[in-house]
Amino acid sequence: MSGANRIKGKGRLTPAKTLRFKFDNKILTAVEGDTLASALLANGIHLTGRSFKYHRPRGMLSAGPEEPNALMDVGRDAVRRTPNIRATVQEVYDGMQTRSQNRWPSLAFDVGGLNNLASPFFAAGFYYKTFMWPKAAWKKIYEPVIRAAAGLGVAPSEPDPDHYANHFAHCDVLVIGGGATGLSAALAAAHAGAEVILCDEQPETGGAFHHETDATIGGQPGWDWAQKVTAELRAMDNVRVLTRTTAFGYQAQNHVGLVERVTEHLANPDPSLPRERLWQVRARQVVIATGAIERHMVFANNDRPGIMLASAARTYLNHFGVAVGAKVGVYTACDSAWNAAFDLKQAGVSVPAIVDVRPDPDPALVARAKELGIEVLAGQAVLDTSGKLRVKSMKVGKTSGGSTRDIPVDALIMSAGWTPSVHMYSQSRGKVVWDEESQRFLPGRNVQDCVSVGACNGDDDLNDAIAAAAKAGHEAAIAAGSQAGEAWGAPEAETQTSWAGNMMGSAAGAGADTTVKAFVDFQNDVTAKDIRLAVREGMHSIEHVKRFTTNGMATDQGKTSNIHGLAIAAEMLDKPLPQVGLTTFRSPYTPVTFGAIVNHSRGDLFDPTRRTPMHGWHDAHGAVFEDVGQWKRAWYYPRAGEDMHQAVNRECRTVREVAGMFDASTLGKIEVVGPDAAAFLNLLYTNSWDKLEPGRCRYGIMLREDGFIYDDGVVGRMAEDRFHVTTTTGGAPRVMHHMEDYLQTEFPHLKVWLTSTTEQWAVIAVQGPKAREIVAPLVEGIDLSNEAMPHMSVREGKICGVPTRLFRMSFTGEAGYEVNVPADYGEAVWKALWQRAEALGACAYGTETMHVLRAEKGYIIVGQDTDGTVTPDDAGLNWAVAKKKPDFVGIRGMKRPDLVASGRKQLVGLATKDPGIVLEEGAQIVADPNQAVPMTMIGHVTSSYWSENCGRSIAMGVVVDGRALKGKTLYVPMPDKTIEIEVTDTVFIDKEGVRLNG
Amino acid sequence: MADIAHATRIEPLAGRIGGAAGVALTPAAPANRVSLRADPADAKALSKALGLDLPVTPKSSARNDHGRLVAWLGPDEWLIIDENADPLTDLVKVTALHSAVDISHRNTAILVSGKGARATVQSGCPQNLSDKVFPVGSATRTVMGKIEVVILRTAENEFRVECWRSFSDYAFGMLSESAKDCLA
Amino acid sequence: MLLIHCPYCQEERPELEFRNTGEAHIERPKDIAGISDEEFEKFFFIRTNPKGVTYERWRHIHGCARFFNAVRDTVSDRFVTTYKAGEPRVEVERGDDGILTVKGAAQ
Repeated sequence: MSGANRIKGKGRLTPAKTLRFKFDNKILTAVEGDTLASALLANGIHLTGRSFKYHRPRGMLSAGPEEPNALMDVGRDAVRRTPNIRATVQEVYDGMQTRSQNRWPSLAFDVGGLNNLASPFFAAGFYYKTFMWPKAAWKKIYEPVIRAAAGLGVAPSEPDPDHYANHFAHCDVLVIGGGATGLSAALAAAHAGAEVILCDEQPETGGAFHHETDATIGGQPGWDWAQKVTAELRAMDNVRVLTRTTAFGYQAQNHVGLVERVTEHLANPDPSLPRERLWQVRARQVVIATGAIERHMVFANNDRPGIMLASAARTYLNHFGVAVGAKVGVYTACDSAWNAAFDLKQAGVSVPAIVDVRPDPDPALVARAKELGIEVLAGQAVLDTSGKLRVKSMKVGKTSGGSTRDIPVDALIMSAGWTPSVHMYSQSRGKVVWDEESQRFLPGRNVQDCVSVGACNGDDDLNDAIAAAAKAGHEAAIAAGSQAGEAWGAPEAETQTSWAGNMMGSAAGAGADTTVKAFVDFQNDVTAKDIRLAVREGMHSIEHVKRFTTNGMATDQGKTSNIHGLAIAAEMLDKPLPQVGLTTFRSPYTPVTFGAIVNHSRGDLFDPTRRTPMHGWHDAHGAVFEDVGQWKRAWYYPRAGEDMHQAVNRECRTVREVAGMFDASTLGKIEVVGPDAAAFLNLLYTNSWDKLEPGRCRYGIMLREDGFIYDDGVVGRMAEDRFHVTTTTGGAPRVMHHMEDYLQTEFPHLKVWLTSTTEQWAVIAVQGPKAREIVAPLVEGIDLSNEAMPHMSVREGKICGVPTRLFRMSFTGEAGYEVNVPADYGEAVWKALWQRAEALGACAYGTETMHVLRAEKGYIIVGQDTDGTVTPDDAGLNWAVAKKKPDFVGIRGMKRPDLVASGRKQLVGLATKDPGIVLEEGAQIVADPNQAVPMTMIGHVTSSYWSENCGRSIAMGVVVDGRALKGKTLYVPMPDKTIEIEVTDTVFIDKEGVRLNG
Repeated sequence: MADIAHATRIEPLAGRIGGAAGVALTPAAPANRVSLRADPADAKALSKALGLDLPVTPKSSARNDHGRLVAWLGPDEWLIIDENADPLTDLVKVTALHSAVDISHRNTAILVSGKGARATVQSGCPQNLSDKVFPVGSATRTVMGKIEVVILRTAENEFRVECWRSFSDYAFGMLSESAKDCLA
Repeated sequence: MLLIHCPYCQEERPELEFRNTGEAHIERPKDIAGISDEEFEKFFFIRTNPKGVTYERWRHIHGCARFFNAVRDTVSDRFVTTYKAGEPRVEVERGDDGILTVKGAAQ
């Protein structure tokens, strides 16, 4: 037997299977199947934590997911540690380490408990008012102190070593909740032939039968029936039963998120198992069978350890075999607490009194209490409690006032009635409706394909609820498309437990005329007084009350507190409760780990890393890579002893003096095919394509409809009806989308098709005076002479025996080629070219050198020298805009008044007066360096490099009316100095372009 | 020029193997692939040239005795995969208006096989891949994790996942990760 | 995640396969080069952004890759219907239950 409070013969656990776990510094024993809460209670421990704001001692309130108090830090080892785990849900495994939270230096003596004495200072909304002045004190004093004192657990600092799985699941019927009605609905749906998923957050199904042991279904105890039905469901091919699985989010169109805790209950989990599984379920029909949550009584000092929900005490007794105390007081407004009292009494626990606020409780209950020897105090209330770290006594008196008496207890169980758990229904965007007769909110019209059954739907009678659930399950199956299948007849059911009785708001002794601490929301430390204060301060909407007091916020989502808070606010506002309305229930129902949500998307799978076919070669040759979108591109290739600057200088020099090889595979490529291919390109580019002969290529500019530059690239005409279009690396997907958009929706009459070929071709740029010498010997079937294949031409043939589209083009200003080969041949062809290049003294160069070389020639990079607000004229590219075309995308946008007015920023070259200074890209440009701050900025630097070939720095920038300022001096103010610059032409090398024809 | 070494084809996933209990991941053999675009009204002429009936129903595919596979990707778009012959050769003689683009090297493919194959692919794919909705012969362009893929169900327990070359590393990683829990 | 009925694939497919591409039924003027600044502003910049019925363009970008049109209720996020690009605007009406349906469609 483990734990002094374990009662022999009670509960469903096997006493022989004991486990050891650590709580703070104590080693304790548990029984297999225990939750952390039941194990602590078995060891006589109620005190489990300190409250959020006042640091008041707190213990277990519940035995389920609604637990607001018993939040623990639970860990397996140094790195596997999770804060804020509800002790009432966490199963104990051997070797588990748990720690109480929000206390210092120890749980029993907590310095922060002083907050409790200072509590008038911490009333609702205190942080909106108290810490306003002086402003500087907020950051330095108030915030750090509050952050240290408040809050819940401490986040782990180490990376999570576990893995998490994701599953998209599709089913006909999803049943949320494995209690009597959920099981009935699932079985009925399964018998009708539907694909069913049933989930339940507990390790075992059975729902309320965890505590309600006086129910029978089909003549068997409810619990036994539930296990039998579960086994039957598990055996069916069309059913998936998921226990330890919480439905936490109900999204649009029956998309429901479930999280399954796979290993959190195991001492030595198989490392191949995920810690948790995220199930993203898409169900044709959803049956919500989420039950009801018991509410506490709101009275003075109702939060001492040992004070808990009656159903929780009954669960601990009937399921875990644990008595929550030796002398248990009962305070209730609901019948079901009486059944809990009876069970405790029969198990040998002393029950000194049942205090029921109702003057005339059910005579049958009263008679049964008398028979068991329990004193009944009807029409009375618990007005206060005593006990520092655990409740010691309850003060009882008539609700109408008068004398009081203290009754010694070591636990106090309570019930104010049951709140239908409408979280899932509400998340589905259904609107709850107030039921006047039963005084509660119930699901109204279903806005998705779902139905609520059982206690969450206000179906109190077990027999009727099961029958209704079976019918709902069958109908859901039919609605989901099941045709055949038999109807499953629900068995007869009955129970001794009554759920009648419903009290909302504060009880006697905690009314508006009092200043006692009667807690409404334990997790957020909100008292009845706080709610009243909020209303007095002008919060008349329940949404405002919620935010002002924090009632029902955070992980709790008002499971036990919402209705009480609402009732108190309604009373203060003197309005009927339904008129005040209910706040929205948010997802997640209970906290979900980040691990489950991101699941596979961590590490290498966080984002795809794209590599070119020649990546391995670059890597082997010492390339340093830079990220360009998802691509890894070779940035530069440092040789021994070289830093980046030296490597880039060498590469720049070598390309112009000998030659260089560059991996341009990431360039976007689109094959445009069809008789109207040229007509289509005429519409998408500013240039004209009609006269471009097959075998020639041309630089094209693409605008958006607003007239700004969107992309650019070289387009080769392979045949009358076939173009090879290139785009920028980053622009490839959006250019394809943009072109498809126009083709499909604006120009659908054109006979042309687009195919992305970005990854079909590996592209090797060979540039420089010796480019031809490198390439020529490997090429078959193409005449590479200047005459036969001039600058801006394209040929098809073979290189290294494989097909190539060989472009004569240049982004360096040197004569050069871009060798396109099918991607899987890329590496082999690169190596063959490199063998020749290396022998001739050429080098491999990376993106940095590519940037410098193109800047030396004044070639723009879209996205660097343009920013989405640059027109072709701004960029000095008017020559590429056809003047006679009747239409192209952007033709009208670029003529807008502001785009043709003077005063636009134009792209120019910038030369520092001191050739050694390299400007910072993004630096602002001014005309007068001596003007007052803020200065008038007339432009900025877009590209800037050290140019080894020019022997000085070079830069480009955009400057207001810049082309007219050539030769003029401007200034770049920097924090430490002002740099003098001269406006120049954008071409710094070979202004005549003779090298291209090399 | 007689001494030019013939370049060899190196597939991006060459040599990779993967999987877990219940599923094997294998890079598919090198193949010829064509992106075929045409008005479906011309399907007949194209079918004749290709030696199989171009599928015209969404999400379907066709396969001939020589192992040529054609998947419907859109109302005027098909993906042709052939590990032996080159479909481009067959299409050259077709006079009906069409666009045939060689994408043999743009794509690569991973074969996912075993009783956990469906669950492995489904782990990253939001589309319903169940027997009822995605029976053998189904084909679709869709997403898997953060990338676009084409999924073909080639047998009850075998899927072919086609993706662009540079995404294959991610695809293989994603499937390897999914494979771990394919028997859940 | 929404399910969106693709009029080309003829079935509902997960939202992850789609991309929203803005308001529908805004036709690019045939003589765009000749329109006035005001006409260009109306065509290019002005959008309706209604509460309630909205006509929008979607692309089944990771599916059949086709563009199509959709009618959606911005209040409930529900799709009323989808139809192929180029087809005329589908008129809808709001029922007593607040739910939008295609005008004249049998319930």
